[in-house]
Amino acid sequence: MSAAVESTDDPAILSVEDLHVEFDTYGGIVKAVRGASFNVRAGKTLAIVGESGCGKSVTVQSILGLIPMPPGRITRGRALLDGVDIVRQKIVGGEDIRGNRIGMIFQDPMSSLNPTMRVGDQIAETLIVHRGYSPSRAFQRAVELLERTHIPEPEQRARQYPFAFSGGMLQRAMIAMSIACEPDILIADEPTTALDVTIQAQILELIGELKRDRGMAVVLITHDLGVVARMADDVVVMYGGEIAEKGTVDEIFYQPSHPYTLGLRAAMPSNERGREQGLKAIEGAPPDLFSPPPGCSYFARCPHAMRLCEAHHPERFEISAHHYASCWLHHPDNPRPLGQETDG
Amino acid sequence: MSPLIESKALSKHFRLDARRTVHAVDEVSLAIAPREILGLVGESGSGKSTYGKTLLGLHDKTSGEVTYKDERLPAQYKAADFARWAPHMQMIFQDPYSSLNPRMTVGEIIAEGLKLTSQPGSAKRSESVARWLEEVGLDPDHASRYPHEFSGGQRQRVGIARALILEPEFVVCDEPISALDVSVQAQVVRLLGDLKERMGLTMLFIAHDLSMVRYVSDRMAVMYMGTIVELGAADDVYFEPNHPYTQGLVASNPEPDPRTERERETHPIRGEITSPVNIGAGCRFAGRCPMVMEQCRTVTPRLTTIEPEDGRAPRKVACHLFSADK
Repeated sequence: MSAAVESTDDPAILSVEDLHVEFDTYGGIVKAVRGASFNVRAGKTLAIVGESGCGKSVTVQSILGLIPMPPGRITRGRALLDGVDIVRQKIVGGEDIRGNRIGMIFQDPMSSLNPTMRVGDQIAETLIVHRGYSPSRAFQRAVELLERTHIPEPEQRARQYPFAFSGGMLQRAMIAMSIACEPDILIADEPTTALDVTIQAQILELIGELKRDRGMAVVLITHDLGVVARMADDVVVMYGGEIAEKGTVDEIFYQPSHPYTLGLRAAMPSNERGREQGLKAIEGAPPDLFSPPPGCSYFARCPHAMRLCEAHHPERFEISAHHYASCWLHHPDNPRPLGQETDG
Repeated sequence: MSPLIESKALSKHFRLDARRTVHAVDEVSLAIAPREILGLVGESGSGKSTYGKTLLGLHDKTSGEVTYKDERLPAQYKAADFARWAPHMQMIFQDPYSSLNPRMTVGEIIAEGLKLTSQPGSAKRSESVARWLEEVGLDPDHASRYPHEFSGGQRQRVGIARALILEPEFVVCDEPISALDVSVQAQVVRLLGDLKERMGLTMLFIAHDLSMVRYVSDRMAVMYMGTIVELGAADDVYFEPNHPYTQGLVASNPEPDPRTERERETHPIRGEITSPVNIGAGCRFAGRCPMVMEQCRTVTPRLTTIEPEDGRAPRKVACHLFSADK
């Protein structure tokens, strides 16, 4: 635990501040992200965890300019990469930061690759565009990158089309492409959700290895607390478009301070023998983001809700240095604090 | 206790062309006791779903047999066979989107099975639909809505009501929670648990989420390339896996506990599962097994019982490491 806590003062390579994102739809305006702030530390893994529709993917996609605008819109906030706000500026020092400083891999590698192009050519294209490599040199480098991501027989594989690859191999190829320009940050959006647990373990190991070897920061978007526990240094828990809690991985698992974090953990099997530690479902459903509740997003499902929580948006309370929870239970004058109970 | 449903050397092969046959399920013998939940785990392509469907007659059997209360089920179902057996055994599907007909109301979907037992439009039928909507935690007034008006978790509840309205004794749950969010998974698992208790259901629970299968099941079977490689009490198989494949699966499964994750050594299983085409002799896991021996490549290991220690439930493993002659 100590190692993780001591290192929280590492400099942030990417700093997201008060990000708000909306989408125009036929049904009205969806307020998908409402005030997300977090830091990505150099060489560390930040996990953004939450359920479908919590805004975790939209957060990073909007930072990278990957959401269609319109209908999407960043209404407030900024994201500083080495002090430059990349929300409004994608070209820094004459280079597009995307693919260059920040690489990205997605859940479904098949739909992220061009089915009509050989895999090696697709990886080479990145280097031709960003680095001005000659086609033959870029292709040679693509083969090396496939080897680096442990794809067997990389020379043959580089000449094949995506359909000839398995899901795990495609994700390796995507990773090879995303690290081609040696980015400082790799954003991985549910990179293993579509994969079997055995292949997931291989891909997570590869991401961890690249992070260690290259000192790359990783932003890992996932719904799986097991993956968070295996990979993360820092964790951001999102709910209903907002950040419910953030801290180091140990703080989130061993001192969870937002009722939603507690609820998520209790909804998973305990991995102890027997069934005594019963599953506790979180009843109800996430809030309607067309008209988010004025108070706490989690109010309707929260077993600890107070009358205050319904109408008044919770402030962000500091639990300890760098560990925050947006929950009224942590108000210093609350007579019944959440305390250290860990079973919700 | 005699099993409710049992497969004996059940095989399902698919012919690809004149020279290639996929051994999707190969001589699987499993017996499920009344009111038992048997978990079935394995990677995609291991044959778990094909096994479940073959058990229910949704696939014709290539060889072997299935008995239900000691009665032998047909090798190839005809319409009359489905009418006869559907009230006894049902299936809950993985994908709550593609498994519900978008042009039928949820009331029609849930009532469909009742065609076998009652007249259309009868008051009994709509009463039954309303009661089942309530049983699975949905609003009975929503029977006239269409599937797209419901969330994934609600649709899965519709799928459960559809399967259970005939009050079957045996249910195959094929990845019933894989497509759902964590908090909704727990809701659906608890619903299934409640219904199981109340109706005395027997279940085959197919999933790839080891932790959830461990939690839900009484016994757990591990499948690899069409064959069962390990079978035992769910806790024993999960916490003390014997077969190298089960060991690899458990080690791959990330635990929601950072200390455990930091302390344990994780060596992912190398390589990927291949399609069981034209399988020859030898262990199907030999190519990926970290403990492979000479005989593994030539002699097929049989699923054999390991004598249980200190009153534990019996365990079966198909691995030469545990063969008597080793």
